[in-house]
Amino acid sequence: MIRAGRSLARDAGKGASGGRPRVTAGTGRAIDAFRTHRSLALKVLSAAIVFGAWEIAGRVPVSYAFPTFINSMLALMRMVFDGSLFVAYAETLQPLVIGVAISALVGIGMGLWIGLNAASRWLFSPIFIVMQAAPLAALIPILVMVYGIGLTSKVFVVCIMAMPVIVLNTASAVANTPGSIKEMATSFMASDRDVLLKVVIPAASPIIFSGLRLGVSAGFIGAILSELKITPTGVGDIITYSRSVADYPSMYAAIFSIILLAVVFLNLLETLENRLFEGNNRGYVSD
Amino acid sequence: MSQIDRSLGRAAPAAPPADIAVSVRGVSKNYGDVQALENLSLDFPRGQLTSLLGPSGCGKTTLLKIIAGLIPASSGSVEVDGRPVEGPGPDRAFVFQDFALLPWASVLRNVAFGLELRGVARSEREDRAARYIREVGLAGFEQSFPHELSGGMRQRVGLARALSVDADVLLLDEPFSAVDEQTRRKFQEDMLALVETERKTFIFVTHSIEEAVYVSDQIAILLPRPSRVHEVIRPSISRGGGGNIRRDAEYLDIVDEIWASLRSYVE
Repeated sequence: MIRAGRSLARDAGKGASGGRPRVTAGTGRAIDAFRTHRSLALKVLSAAIVFGAWEIAGRVPVSYAFPTFINSMLALMRMVFDGSLFVAYAETLQPLVIGVAISALVGIGMGLWIGLNAASRWLFSPIFIVMQAAPLAALIPILVMVYGIGLTSKVFVVCIMAMPVIVLNTASAVANTPGSIKEMATSFMASDRDVLLKVVIPAASPIIFSGLRLGVSAGFIGAILSELKITPTGVGDIITYSRSVADYPSMYAAIFSIILLAVVFLNLLETLENRLFEGNNRGYVSD
Repeated sequence: MSQIDRSLGRAAPAAPPADIAVSVRGVSKNYGDVQALENLSLDFPRGQLTSLLGPSGCGKTTLLKIIAGLIPASSGSVEVDGRPVEGPGPDRAFVFQDFALLPWASVLRNVAFGLELRGVARSEREDRAARYIREVGLAGFEQSFPHELSGGMRQRVGLARALSVDADVLLLDEPFSAVDEQTRRKFQEDMLALVETERKTFIFVTHSIEEAVYVSDQIAILLPRPSRVHEVIRPSISRGGGGNIRRDAEYLDIVDEIWASLRSYVE
C-alpha cells in the first residue's frame, strides 16, 4: 500500500509538527510546504550547488578559458535577446529532430523484430553492437565522402549515436517478457496481435523508454558532434566561433543551452511514459 | 479403498455422460525423451471441484495446461462438454500460480482483461469486472495497482479475472501456494462458498493433501514418472452443516491414507 503508506507518513509528520508547542505556526507551515514540494526543493538545491561550484571555479579561475556561471548566463541572455540563439537552433534542430525521430521509430521497430525473432537476432544485433562500439569521430570522414557535407551526413551521425542503444534495449526487453503473462493472455484467447500490443510492448516499455532516454541523449551529442566535425552550423558554429575568438562565456552558454534542451526533452519523455503506462511507475521515476 | 467403493455407490445413479464437464482420454505428453504423462484418463463431473494431487514432478500442471489448451498433448484427447480441445477457449478460464497480473494495469483493467481480449465493450466489461471485484472482497481497490496489493489480494484479482469471463470450467494451478497460511485458509473457505454459488466445474492443482481433502468433491491422486492416475477419491464429508471440516473423522482418515500412498514417492 504505497499510497496509503505515503499519506500515513505525511499525517504522522503533520501530527509531529503540530504536537511540538515551541514551533511557531509559521515554521510549521514552512516545514509542511517543504514536505509537499520536497522533490522540487531538492532539484533547486542540486542546481544551486552545481552552479555555485561553477561560479567559484570560474572566479578562482581554474583556467583562463573557463568563464564564471554569471558571465555565461549573461552571454546566454545576450544571445537570446539578439535572436542569434534561435537562428542557431533552427539549424541544429533539423538533423537532431530528424535523426532522433528516425532512431526512435526504426530503432523500436528493429528492436521488436530482433527481440521476437531468433534468426533476425543473429543477423542484426551484431551490426548494432559494432555501431555502438565504433569510434564515431573517426568514421565521420567516410560519411562525408559518401553523403557530402549536408544534412544527410549529420542525420546519419545522430542516428549512429542514438539508434544502437534503442534497438538493443528494445530487443532485450521484448525477448525477456515474463512468460506467465504471455501465457495468461493466450489462455484468455488473445490473438498474436493482442499479445504483442497488450502484453509484450507494455511489459517492455520501461526498458524501451530507458533506451529512448539514453538514445536521445546520445542523439544530442551526435548533433553537436556533427556540427563540430562536418560543417560548423547552428550551435556547433557558436561553439567553434566563440572559441576561436576567445569569447568563452558565449561558448559555454551554447553548451549550457544544449544541455538544458536535452534535460527538458528527457523530462517530457518521462512524462509521456508516466501517462502511457501509469502502473509501471513504482517510485523509481522522479517527479 | 473404502472411499472408492463409497463413491461408486453414491455417484453411480447420478453419473450419465452429460454430467461430465471435462473428460481426459488417454492423454500422453512427451518432452523429447522425457515422458511427462502416459495414457492418462480422467473425468471431471460438472459443478464439482476436482483436485489433482501428487508429488512434485507428477505432471499435475502439465495436465491442467493441456486441458486449458495452452500446450498440446502428444496423443490422446481432451473434451470439454463433448467438444475436443484444440486451444484456449471461452469455456475455460485459468488462475495462475504466480497470479500473472499486468503490473501496469489497475485492478479494474486486470479483472476486465479477459473480457477486453474477447472484445467486450469498455463500459460493459468494467461493470462486470466491478461486480466480481466486489464478489472476491476487493471493493475499493478498483483503481489500485498490483504492486500495491498483498499476495493474497493479488490472487483475488486473478480469481476475479477468471470468474468475470463466465467460463464453465475454472482451472486453478496451485492458486494458493504463493500466499501465506492464514490467507490460504480463508481462500479455502471462500473456494467452498464459490463452488456452491457459481455452479462451475473447478479443476484444482495442489500439492497440499489437507487443502485437497478440505475443498474437493473428488481427488485424483497422480503418481510420477510417468504420470498416471493412482486412484480417485470422493470424500463424503458434509460441508454444509457448519461443523469444522478439519475435525471431521473422515477428513482425518483420508488425509492419512493419501499420505500413506504418497510417502514412498517423496524424496
